[in-house]
Amino acid sequence: MALPKYTEPHYRIWHYIYLTICGAVFFFLIAPLFVIFPLSFNAEEFLSFSDGMKRLDPDAFSLRWYKDMVYGTKNPWGLAAKNSFIIAIFATIGSVILGTIAALGLSSRHMPYKGLIMAVLISPMIVPLIISGVAIFFFMAKAGLAATHTGIVLAHIILGTPFVVITVTATLSGFDHSVTRAAASLGSDPVNTFMKITLPLILPGVISGGLFAFVTSFDEVVVVLFLAGLENTTIPIQMWTGLREQLSPTILAVATCLIILSTLILVTAELLRRRSERLRGINR
Amino acid sequence: MSSETKQILTTDGIPLEVSLKKAERKNKIKAFLLVAPLLLFLIITYVFPIGDMLFRSVDDKMVTQMLPKTFKAMENWDGQELPDEKVFAAFHEDFIKLVEDKREGKLSTQLNYTKNGFKSIIKKLRRKSKSFEEGNYKEQIMSVHKRWADVEYWRAIQRRAPEFTGQKYLKGMDMYVNEEGKIVSVEEDRRIHRVLWLRTLEIAFFVTVFCFLMAYPIAHLLATLPMKYSNLLMICVLLPFWTSLLVRTASWMILLQQQGIVNDFFVGIGLVADDNRPEMMYNKTGSYVAMTQILLPFMVLPLYSVMKTISPSLMRAGKSLGGTPFVAFWKVYFPLTIPGIGAGCLLVFILAIGYYITPALVGGASGTLISNQIAFHMKSTLDWSFASAMGLMLLSGVLVIYWLYNKLVGIDNIKLG
Repeated sequence: MALPKYTEPHYRIWHYIYLTICGAVFFFLIAPLFVIFPLSFNAEEFLSFSDGMKRLDPDAFSLRWYKDMVYGTKNPWGLAAKNSFIIAIFATIGSVILGTIAALGLSSRHMPYKGLIMAVLISPMIVPLIISGVAIFFFMAKAGLAATHTGIVLAHIILGTPFVVITVTATLSGFDHSVTRAAASLGSDPVNTFMKITLPLILPGVISGGLFAFVTSFDEVVVVLFLAGLENTTIPIQMWTGLREQLSPTILAVATCLIILSTLILVTAELLRRRSERLRGINR
Repeated sequence: MSSETKQILTTDGIPLEVSLKKAERKNKIKAFLLVAPLLLFLIITYVFPIGDMLFRSVDDKMVTQMLPKTFKAMENWDGQELPDEKVFAAFHEDFIKLVEDKREGKLSTQLNYTKNGFKSIIKKLRRKSKSFEEGNYKEQIMSVHKRWADVEYWRAIQRRAPEFTGQKYLKGMDMYVNEEGKIVSVEEDRRIHRVLWLRTLEIAFFVTVFCFLMAYPIAHLLATLPMKYSNLLMICVLLPFWTSLLVRTASWMILLQQQGIVNDFFVGIGLVADDNRPEMMYNKTGSYVAMTQILLPFMVLPLYSVMKTISPSLMRAGKSLGGTPFVAFWKVYFPLTIPGIGAGCLLVFILAIGYYITPALVGGASGTLISNQIAFHMKSTLDWSFASAMGLMLLSGVLVIYWLYNKLVGIDNIKLG
């Protein structure tokens, strides 16, 4: 942002103040994440930088906590990771299927009571999580699904579908419906039209909604805290317990892995968003 | 000419209007059938359970069902003097039944909620009732303990007759129904819930303000920079957005601890003495700092998406018409960003008001919110009806905010990234 040459001095000063403020805010946003990286390689059991680390002494760094994370005898991370992935994958599949089909109906201009139904469909996103947690717990307890994987998957489908509904409806808002009419006029049945024409076009929206649903499930702790038994422990539950009891560097090793995972998801989501905008012909 | 000949007919002889209506209805049903699976799923697993919470929060059948005959006999009692023999006899009958089922302990707990002092006299009554003789129960029960001869205690029992009660809601506001049946507040030093409600509102409000003040400049920068720089900077917003909440809370726990980096830095620049490091975590400061950073992306993204649509030529036009940059900003740019401000503030405020995880980890005793209290009653005291009542109070607050927002800005203006 170069300033024009004729800018008066006090605006110039104001401009630099503005840039400094922005820099500080960006630092505040991103810096806390980077504290975790070096500390997870700490050779000692402390959660602050040792003198050796400040001198960049190679002996002060180690993979000790990563080894502990994978091989540690009492560490439940293996089971937690397995559960987290299973639950998140099934919850994502469920959310994507239910959410996409619902979004197709909602985008139809014939849909009756659109506002009301939309409000119900996205309500799990609006209602504070703690209330959703209590309500879902009551349902699962009655249905005998508390402390089961099925119960947690269903709970995460509830929480994940609003994201799919919103992203897919947004993608469909720029959708040219004449292509499906063209397909129909050429003799294609609705299911075939959806699979061959509609789905490929809205796929970026579907996938990014799916990513939201995946992250929601993978990171969800409030509802799982109510629902999970010992067998259903997930990564967030283990982190929550670990952070409450004592901060061990093993948690930082796990956290580092999670940051890497979220970076991958971010990159995928960004690429999809751009592809979707290209497909829909939106040039921003 | 008759009206029939005026009508336009389709090829199969049906009037066009009818045919169109039929097609329209078919389309409506088709659209609805697509939405139906998700709608049904959510109604069963989510909407009904929230209704169930409402039911649980006012449900008070337990005592009603434990003392059915007593309450039947009490119907004709005016509550002025001690009830007559019929009530005592009915109470005795109900009580013997409860002792047989070993449920008299539950009754004493329940009645003790209404009035203190029931626990011991019910225990005593159980012991003595074994040697009761038939007839004249009034005398016999009254002789067990002098409180059984106190009309206040019988009025307390009568107050538990209705199947539904609003007392959990009153408790959530630190109020209760006293002996005269009036709604009063509890003593000043026991008003824990009001403190929590106010603190929740206060923290949510200030977190929203801080987020707004920090997000506005960077959203503006992101929206005005050339694409290649802004995409890079956008990562600083999106990476925290996609990162696990617990990871971000953990990083604040490391930063804010007494031997942590922030304190080290303060000592390093001589702001605080090494032996006098301030406590920045396990109090309100912890909640404020961590929640602001965690919720900041939710403010930046709606602001950015609105600012992106504002043409830079508008500001130039404002300046060319004689406004200073500040005037142009205030009169032209700022009003155009109001939908973004509204969406961002609504999102952050509503997320903050229901926050649970971060305050529980970094908030300590003075930084916890109403959500933590709800979780506490769900998991520790198991007073689910009270947890439901408080949850619904919080929910109605959130819905009021939505309603207000919808009136002021319009809910359609919310954008997701």
